[in-house]
Amino acid sequence: MSTHPSPAAAPTPGEQADAAVAAILASALHGGERGTVVDSPPGAGKSTLVVRAARELVATGERLMIVAQTNSQVDDLVDRLAQADAGLAVGRLHGSDALPSEIATRHAGVVASTKAADLRELPVVVATAAKWQWVRDTDPWHHAIVDEAYQMRSDALLAVARLFERALFVGDPGQLDPFSIVGTDDWAGLHHDPSQSAVVTLLAHNPGIVPHRLPVSWRLPASAAPLISDAFYPFTPFRAGTESGDRLLGLGPATPPPPAGLAPGLARAADEVLDVAAESGWGLLELPARLTVRTDPEAVAAVAAVVARLLARGGEARSERGTAPVDAERIAVGTAHRDQAAAVRAALAALGVTGVTVDTANRLQGREYDVTVVLHPLSGRPDATAFHLETGRLCVLASRHRHACVVVTRAGIPELLDAHPATEPVQLGVVSKFPDGWEANHAVLEHLRRHRVPVG
Amino acid sequence: MSLLTTLARLEAVRAGVAQPLATVRHRHVSERPFALVPLAAAGETGAPLAMLLGSDREHPRLLTVPQPLDRDLRFAFLARLGDELLPYLESFGGDVELLERNVKDPESGEKTVEVRELCADAPQLIVPNPGGVELLGLFGRSTRFRRTAEDPDPGPYPAPARVPLLGRWLTHLSERANVPGSSMLLPLTSTLARHWATGQSSLEDAHLGALLAWIAPPEGSRGEQAASRAENGRDERGQLLVPPAGPATDPDFDSLLLAPAVTRYDAARSAQDEPLTRARAEEIEALLRSVLLPVWHQVWQGIDLLRELPPAAHVVERWEGDRWSYTGHRDRVAAGEPPQPLHDDAVTAARKLAQREREQVRVDLEEALDDPLAMAEHRLAGQAFAGEVVEVQPDYDTSGRSPKPRPLVTVRTEDRPHLDPGGEVHRAGGPSTQRAELAWLDAEAGLLTLRLLSGMGRKKEPEPGSVPEQGEQVCFTLFELSARQSAPLPDPEDTPWTHGGPPQ
Repeated sequence: MSTHPSPAAAPTPGEQADAAVAAILASALHGGERGTVVDSPPGAGKSTLVVRAARELVATGERLMIVAQTNSQVDDLVDRLAQADAGLAVGRLHGSDALPSEIATRHAGVVASTKAADLRELPVVVATAAKWQWVRDTDPWHHAIVDEAYQMRSDALLAVARLFERALFVGDPGQLDPFSIVGTDDWAGLHHDPSQSAVVTLLAHNPGIVPHRLPVSWRLPASAAPLISDAFYPFTPFRAGTESGDRLLGLGPATPPPPAGLAPGLARAADEVLDVAAESGWGLLELPARLTVRTDPEAVAAVAAVVARLLARGGEARSERGTAPVDAERIAVGTAHRDQAAAVRAALAALGVTGVTVDTANRLQGREYDVTVVLHPLSGRPDATAFHLETGRLCVLASRHRHACVVVTRAGIPELLDAHPATEPVQLGVVSKFPDGWEANHAVLEHLRRHRVPVG
Repeated sequence: MSLLTTLARLEAVRAGVAQPLATVRHRHVSERPFALVPLAAAGETGAPLAMLLGSDREHPRLLTVPQPLDRDLRFAFLARLGDELLPYLESFGGDVELLERNVKDPESGEKTVEVRELCADAPQLIVPNPGGVELLGLFGRSTRFRRTAEDPDPGPYPAPARVPLLGRWLTHLSERANVPGSSMLLPLTSTLARHWATGQSSLEDAHLGALLAWIAPPEGSRGEQAASRAENGRDERGQLLVPPAGPATDPDFDSLLLAPAVTRYDAARSAQDEPLTRARAEEIEALLRSVLLPVWHQVWQGIDLLRELPPAAHVVERWEGDRWSYTGHRDRVAAGEPPQPLHDDAVTAARKLAQREREQVRVDLEEALDDPLAMAEHRLAGQAFAGEVVEVQPDYDTSGRSPKPRPLVTVRTEDRPHLDPGGEVHRAGGPSTQRAELAWLDAEAGLLTLRLLSGMGRKKEPEPGSVPEQGEQVCFTLFELSARQSAPLPDPEDTPWTHGGPPQ
């Protein structure tokens, strides 16, 4: 069939993705530019691409270095590489105070060391950018893969670029930009602003590089891909790899009585929003408008209630991968701040819920769950700062799920947004990012409004 | 804004007077600071209008530009600024201490002793607000590349002799002001706001008069009244009772008083009536003095307030960084190096960013160690805890060849740190750096049992005094107590292809 496609038939998602991957690999191996950039929307098979590209580059007989951003990303990658090819010797370079995780070192082919010289001859060496920066006195590698390149800062790339001749940069431009704890206006508008993302610097200095795109999200369900694509990737649209009937979230009846710590009214609302989300892929649990501290106790209780009810009722996720129960491991709670995450963890523990991932947007980047519960970054706030409006933050929180996403918030966010138009100073020479967080927030809320369940 | 700061602001509203945010002073205040109150002309970026300056609070010097659009007058102003400021800046260059360090010759590998000079003290410039820092930076930018009559090719408009040198110093000082924790060029409003919480917004704190009105309201008046008067009070001529601390002037002052005076000056000048021109210029001086003098007194009042606080323990150490910075610039000027470039190249920019981030981490840590109020922020955020040691149990790690001390210390605390068993903590205020991990906790009773992991010497038994004793007050943080070293960067001539290659 695939050798004789009829000219009228639109390509299937699988065919689209394969064509994109083939073009990327050709460019990385033989392209005229030293760098290849791949933009990947959420869940578009970025990790699969990295593993595949790594194996093809190794097959040419060249040694390969891989740069990731965090230790857990490195461990994940090593694990995937070793699973894909048990015979492949993979070096895991790590710092003396950051021992590699068991999921990486359990494979026979994985060699861990704190010294690059020990791993120099292995076909693949993986480490964080922070660790690579300290590697000295070694001949450069011919090929490198830089994973999560949009979260890598330009100055980190400056410190590691001497280690390789050619590189494949893979990342999601819609996620959180790298940040600095100090002001960086001194360099705003310079091509090599050290605080911007590595890819922005690379593209500014190498105008011949045209980014490739992965066109299909395999993670996001058909209910989420169009919204995320329109709201966060308006100029580089993507589609879902599955159709609307392919994924089903079946919930048990709302009969188990709520535990003692959970107010009956809140439990009813949580059940209702879960039903809405199971049906449509989205749910908005709305508390009455109120200005609160960051760790708004009522909003935190509502988040915990949704998670607790979901686990108490029991759910079953049916997808192209088969059918599996939605247990604690497959659920995540996302917040904007660490103290909010800590408050949710405490509230869940009080309800006897364990094993659910609760983390900030920064730490949920690159992760995937069946159901996510999100505390809206603007909930209860008197103002909309650049931090809370950042496009990437909302995008990460709203694109971690395979089945459904429930957003918990105080009412009144559209009014808050209207009262706080973006007022960041315009810097000469800085390319404006579209869409801005203000617009993306409005787009997402407009969609969520149709799946709204009020509390109380 | 942290919860504790919000609380302090609410307290300030209730009390009608600013509340302390610090128990100690976190910035260096020199014995001989040099105060500058600059004013900029409206309508053109970085155009000087006037400045009141000096290190003698009783006898400030006034410099003015009677016609701010006249480039010759502008550079005459900057030349006089150089005459006032450069002797002060250079006066710290002579008194040095000699420091020795061992260095390895990169070629022969031989070890030699290198002697370096470090200036015993450094200048300190104090301006009313961050706008003043920015304006001095703009002066530096507009003057450091100027050619003078001494240049081989002076060009058609040579600047007065020491103006480019002034520009290089101002550029250096305003760059240094961007390094967190530095004190060589200090904006007063943000320094005061670090130490006191007022009952107004942080935007309103940028008004020096209103800020001081909250910190030290006049007898019998409350902060909000005094601040409101400082911001809005006007006299019968419609002029502000408390003139703004610059660099921008009050528009009503500009249109009602200054503009007519400048017009009269221009008229006298175009009539080539020298005595009248001089008289008109003196009128402008008197006008500008009248709006600058109140700010001058505010600046010294602010310095006095800061001096009343005892200096924090790490301030001397951080001031040494300023002394190194001063010494380095002194040496670059003496070596005849060219002025700082307009833009940083990729490597210099990355180095500066790394330095500022390192210093930001350092100043946050040092403030927490120096000041219980700063540590309280971390305790409230669940990033630290303090309490009393209720039990100490000796224990040992016998997995290695020789047993190592791993005592268990139980702490009772009312804080609620975000800490799970196995999590690492660091001892604040201990005799040496010391790591520990949480062995187990009883959240109900507020009991945390920690296993000390380091800082106890090399023997089987811990060094005396290295393990806290029962009844001792201790404090532990979830974050490391020293800033991480920055990774090495290539030399500018080795800038890689990803960043455009070496600068041309």
